[in-house]
Amino acid sequence: MTHFAAVVLFAFFASIVFGITQRETPRRMIRYGAYCFVLFVASAIVLSWVMFLIAR
Amino acid sequence: MRESFPPETDRASALPPAPVRYSQKGMATEENKNAAPVNGSQPASQQGFVYLPLIVGWLVPGGGHFLLRKWGRGALLGGSILAMFALGIAMQGKLYAGAHDILDILGLAGDLGNGLLYIVSRIAGLGADQVMVTTADYGTRFIVVAGLLNVIAAVDAHNLRTGRKS
Repeated sequence: MTHFAAVVLFAFFASIVFGITQRETPRRMIRYGAYCFVLFVASAIVLSWVMFLIAR
Repeated sequence: MRESFPPETDRASALPPAPVRYSQKGMATEENKNAAPVNGSQPASQQGFVYLPLIVGWLVPGGGHFLLRKWGRGALLGGSILAMFALGIAMQGKLYAGAHDILDILGLAGDLGNGLLYIVSRIAGLGADQVMVTTADYGTRFIVVAGLLNVIAAVDAHNLRTGRKS
């Protein structure tokens, strides 16, 4: 399993739990879950580039 | 000469209105008590021990929601937590067994959040004793986070049971 695949899987499952537990209506659950997923993956990509540039 | 005061009602009406410092929406006011359902009219899922969904939800991922007949939410929560735990084991993640330092204590607390999954896995001897490969470190985090997410799900079931959440 690649590192990126691990990040995506982690973000996917954690976002499902966050969406269901932190919002009340199904529509808002889906929206919040998607929002968390995008934030998880995007922040992982940004931090990876930052660490890459620092290490150079 | 004796000073004369206005009647009590006049003095009260002369004062400015008292500020509202808190909401009585969720409090046991007479109005709210009358609006609450009596025991006989509650559904079966709302009767009994109030902490049961919390305990069942901790022991079995999604179990608290199943108990409250929230089948869809329970299946998604249980499936997600079970998948994260299984992925962690498959990546040769470590199951914390003892508490030697503060990081071990935190890891053990996270693992214990998995409830029966953790206990059964320990009995079955699953999980690595030591982290040997890079993915095993990820696996260890997957297992810990699955436990923490399970605690969040169990608290959510408790909130559904108490009516704090719909």
